[in-house]
Amino acid sequence: MLVLCPLTAQAGTLLRIGNGPEPESLDPQRMSSVSALNIARDLYEGLTRIGADGEIEPAAAWGWQIADGGRRYTFDLRPNLRWSNGAALTAQDFVAALRRVVDPATGAPYAQLFAPIVNAAAITAGHASPDTLAVWALGPSRLQILLKQPAPYFLGLLAHPASFPIYLPALAQYGRAFARPGRLVSNGAYRLEAWRVESQVALQRNRQYWDDAHTQIDRVQYVAGDDVAAQLQRYRAGELDVTSEVPLVQAPRIRADEGSELHVAAYLGSYFYGINMQRAPLGDHLALRRALAMAIDRELIVDKVMNGLALPAYGWVPPGVSGYQAQLPDWARWPYARRLAEAQRLLADAGYSAAHPLQVEIRYNTHDDHKRIATVIAAMWKQRLGVQATLVNEENKVFFVHRRLGLTQIFRAAWIGDFDDALSFLDVLRAGNGRNDEHWHDTAYDALLQRASSQSDPAARAALLEAAERRALAAQPFIPIYWYVSKHLVKPRVHGWRDNLLDVHYSKDLGVDG
Amino acid sequence: MLSFALRRLLSAVPTLFVLVTLTFFLMRAAPGGPFDGERTLPPQVEAALTREYHLDAPLWRQYLDYLGNLAHGDLGPSFQYEGYRVTELIGDALPVSLALGSAALALSLLLGGVIGAVAALRQGRWIDPLLTHITLIGVSIPNYVIAPLLVLLFAVTLGWLPAGGWHHDRPTDMVLPVIALALPQIAYIARLLRNGLIDALATPYLRTARAKGLPLRLLVLRHAWRPAVLPVISHLGPAAAGLLTGSVVVEQVFGIPGLGRYFVQAALNRDYTLVLGAVLLYGTLIVLFNFVVDLLYGALDPRLRTA
Repeated sequence: MLVLCPLTAQAGTLLRIGNGPEPESLDPQRMSSVSALNIARDLYEGLTRIGADGEIEPAAAWGWQIADGGRRYTFDLRPNLRWSNGAALTAQDFVAALRRVVDPATGAPYAQLFAPIVNAAAITAGHASPDTLAVWALGPSRLQILLKQPAPYFLGLLAHPASFPIYLPALAQYGRAFARPGRLVSNGAYRLEAWRVESQVALQRNRQYWDDAHTQIDRVQYVAGDDVAAQLQRYRAGELDVTSEVPLVQAPRIRADEGSELHVAAYLGSYFYGINMQRAPLGDHLALRRALAMAIDRELIVDKVMNGLALPAYGWVPPGVSGYQAQLPDWARWPYARRLAEAQRLLADAGYSAAHPLQVEIRYNTHDDHKRIATVIAAMWKQRLGVQATLVNEENKVFFVHRRLGLTQIFRAAWIGDFDDALSFLDVLRAGNGRNDEHWHDTAYDALLQRASSQSDPAARAALLEAAERRALAAQPFIPIYWYVSKHLVKPRVHGWRDNLLDVHYSKDLGVDG
Repeated sequence: MLSFALRRLLSAVPTLFVLVTLTFFLMRAAPGGPFDGERTLPPQVEAALTREYHLDAPLWRQYLDYLGNLAHGDLGPSFQYEGYRVTELIGDALPVSLALGSAALALSLLLGGVIGAVAALRQGRWIDPLLTHITLIGVSIPNYVIAPLLVLLFAVTLGWLPAGGWHHDRPTDMVLPVIALALPQIAYIARLLRNGLIDALATPYLRTARAKGLPLRLLVLRHAWRPAVLPVISHLGPAAAGLLTGSVVVEQVFGIPGLGRYFVQAALNRDYTLVLGAVLLYGTLIVLFNFVVDLLYGALDPRLRTA
């Protein structure tokens, strides 16, 4: 009776999640979109997981030891782990997953995420065999990983779906098409039941999962749809329990009508304008870059354009990152009027005036919100500084190519952190990082990051990273505009929903009424 | 007749060949590739993906390979939907779009035909301008306005119908999307039929028949409808191809897994093979429906048969 009670109570419970765009893959090593990662956390399980409040918790590994000054991690797996088909899951499966993700032949978008592991970078660069990755199975339930340098965020990386194990016999049998219904074998709290492209991914609880007794919801439907307004309508019609986000223009009405169901929380994401440092005059005039940054009234943008669904940004690393003090430029604390006066002075000192205005170009990819923000910023610069800004709208792919080739001047950009550490943001500005479309190269900055990565003392490491951020803020190769927030509508029938910085939610932690 | 049909269908082959060729090279000429985005891939990873999809081969080689695979009915792997072949994606989406499109087409013909006929036969009375204005509104309001309004009224406010989704066992899923797809077509067909009937009834031979005492009902049912429906049939060729291949707006608003979004999303994502598959399908349907239109023209107007 004690065993049957929970099962009877759970029978038929269904959670319907609005998940945004169609997931590009359900292969954990080949996915990169937020919508695919969300599903992967239900289907698979890594060695660790993100707790409800963002902390790292044991998952497939029940415990671990860290030795050699933070370089050697030894994980102990839970006993009797099984795949959804009942086959035994061993440490070797986790080894295989990590080898697969760093192997360039896999084509994994997150291959570089595991660069802290010895030999990982060389393997991804094609200079070493995946077998040389410093990850070993020390028996069926014990796993060891050796890092090049201490990385306090490493346990968080193992909660990322890119490290999740896949069932190798299915990969061998079906190749790339293994992650499909009827073929996909997984080790998470749920297994794949159905997948209708551009409609929904349906999951069923996995009875083989080690913690199935605590899973409360029987079925989860991830409903695809990139039209946020349509998602809101379906939520209001009672066809969705959770939305992936909410439309900005509807925010006031949502607050009035569904305020208690609206979950808004800080998120590890930044919306900013990059400045191409290879192009004059902005590239070689710090004063001009700073003047443009100072003259943007971020509070107004957040309030009027974003309808309060964002936070004004002045720094590079978002606030709330673990073990890190958010950095701000000195002028961020000034009243707006003083900032504006200083911006006007800087422009005048650089020789720009109403008769000889500074001319700049803002380039953005097609999206209504990007257009609105660019229009507002151009108006602020025009009215308050006399700067003439030309707006250029480009189709997404064209835009990214032009950005990469350095054909832009000021360009719209965004970055979402992959793990809860300042390095997830600071590394983007390092020379040689493929994403550094600002083309900003600063040897002192790179050296600070390098010193931080070899530092085992968390406080000393944080101090070096904070110094690096201050250096980047002082050089101003970018203009922060706002921090993203996670913004979901969650029906009152759903319980257990907890907001966190990474916006990670496992269905196994949730319950539904009725 | 059979040889005419065969000749027409064979003449479509070079048309489709040119269409595929142009689409292939135009897509490749567009800046950006399937792997470009905010997040850059490590060079070796990008190289591996490029090899995997044979994008490292010379363009002419890729083109010939594509044609070779096409001849065997293989449209290649999708770049955007990992592990799916384009034939699978189209095969899954086509029945959905066909079901919605044919229902919308039937509804458009039925209502458009009735409204057009009533307006024409009541020309000059109060109902004619009323229907004309209603259809004008139908033509003018785009789908992206009509569709959310339908959801707001019938799903959110009244709760009569689902707001979205597609389930094989829930026919009510079709109601609102079909109405949204059909409304502009109803308006078009009604206007075309009204004008066609009015023009036909004004022709000397029908005015003579009327003057000789042939009742209006018989005049329309026996004679006037033939020339009157010709403009409607011309419109229906491309309109049917459009309806049967789905609408990106209607599919997004109602969460329908149809073909329409592939036309837009595939192009934006540089999913070369999916774009080619969608264009090929659309091109084939256009050719097919134009052929049907020609046959119907011949059947309705004997003067066109020899031509």
